[in-house]
Amino acid sequence: METFYWIDKLVLVVLLFVISLGIAAYQTYFERKLAAWIQDRVGPDRAGPFGILQPIADGVKMFMKEDFTPSNADRWLFILGPGIAMFTSLITSAIIPWGPNLHLFGREISLQVAEINIGILFAFGIISIGVYGIMIGGWASNNKYSLFGAIRASSQMISYELAMGISAITIIMISGSLDLREIVESQHGINWNIWYQPVAFIVFFICALAETNRAPFDLPECENELIGGYHTEYSSMKLGLFLFSEYVAMFVSSAIMAILFFGGYNFPGMDAFKDSPNLLAILGIAVFFVKIFLLIFVFMWIRWTIPRFRFDQLMHLGWKVLIPIALVNMLVTGFVVAFYHQWF
Amino acid sequence: MESLTNRKKVVSDKPMTFVEKLYIPAILKGMMVTFKHMLKRRKTVKYPEETREFAPIYRGMHVLKRDEQGRENCTACGLCAVACPAEAITMTSAERTKDQAHLYREEKYAVTYEINMLRCIFCGLCEEACPKEAVFLTDRLVPTQFERGEFIYGKDKLVEPLDGRIDITKRQFTGKRTNV
Repeated sequence: METFYWIDKLVLVVLLFVISLGIAAYQTYFERKLAAWIQDRVGPDRAGPFGILQPIADGVKMFMKEDFTPSNADRWLFILGPGIAMFTSLITSAIIPWGPNLHLFGREISLQVAEINIGILFAFGIISIGVYGIMIGGWASNNKYSLFGAIRASSQMISYELAMGISAITIIMISGSLDLREIVESQHGINWNIWYQPVAFIVFFICALAETNRAPFDLPECENELIGGYHTEYSSMKLGLFLFSEYVAMFVSSAIMAILFFGGYNFPGMDAFKDSPNLLAILGIAVFFVKIFLLIFVFMWIRWTIPRFRFDQLMHLGWKVLIPIALVNMLVTGFVVAFYHQWF
Repeated sequence: MESLTNRKKVVSDKPMTFVEKLYIPAILKGMMVTFKHMLKRRKTVKYPEETREFAPIYRGMHVLKRDEQGRENCTACGLCAVACPAEAITMTSAERTKDQAHLYREEKYAVTYEINMLRCIFCGLCEEACPKEAVFLTDRLVPTQFERGEFIYGKDKLVEPLDGRIDITKRQFTGKRTNV
């Protein structure tokens, strides 16, 4: 039994690794396609039918490029930076419940690598470590632009982490658990948290944009002011890892948002499949991925619609707007929950 | 006064209302604009596979015509080179021998005839100057190259091949010049 457990987990880990990297690769493709469509262009269409092999071509290109380390850079930290960025983006996917339990080979298989009961805290912890990758990379480059990018990234991360955490607290209060699996289970059918917490969702979504360094909050890498920001000095696959980790982070944060607000793998009419848990699991996974892809689409859609913020506007929005809104929302939710449970 | 385009907007600096300060309606409006663009038909012409339609009088790559019997029309008079404002055309001439009568229409012919496509401005004055209906501009494009030297087109590229005659009847100066 114990060995089977480890085999299941190992298979799941490998699958997750491949899936999240594959999705990240194809996110770059869809990002470029979407940008092209929004700007009335065609987009990449030369590599394979409809340009479907473009991510592979890009990956090969990244590997073939000269891997350059500036002479004044700190050699080890320079390598560590992109490593941390990629590691933290990937590891968050370990705690995400990807679907209901499967019943295969006469045993129940959980589609969650690590069933830790403080899942959401773990996610927040790892996401905030993510900024270390950018910070260390920017610092180790020994370049003013990189340092600016790194400083911006860290200050932005600190500012938006607060509002993000506070808006997540409302969800924790409603579902009464930190466990992501239990949060999902509490949103059975179409009883999703978004209907109760639209304000928290908007705050959380804006913060997620900022946390993943996506436009309009892509100040750390601002091409026209900072020439790429923290990855100015990076080339070859180290640059690739930085760019890639952004897409993996986008995928994972979409997954977390789908869990917290859109019911994860729950979908209306799921009780009809009660008798066949495997079918339910497959449908659940499909529904979960559809939700993730829609959120990623919105991420990209926003990127190609809204211009970048100025840095003071960014700080203003974070501290003077989002945090008060999140706090008031948390207070109101707290009172409502307390009345509901009749704690007074 | 009525403005020219009727799209004039009055700018004001009045303080924003609460709804405007939220920005979210404005952002959603912007997102609707981009969404509409997503569904639009693309106007891109995917060049090597499809080309734009050319006007029949388009001035592209030159051709040195042959007559009905397949003899070269050019007599190397040099009028095209004189007319050329960019000085792109050079040629050397020679006298036709008896056994070359089936190759060249006139008694004098061009041994070499070169057009530098980087100098050429495709004005069509050579075509206009030619008294022998020899040089014409066509609706073909000069392809891109990596070396400058490759843009100097000799007779091998300019003279029309016998098995692939090039139609120039739609041009302005097909000039069936009966009064020559």
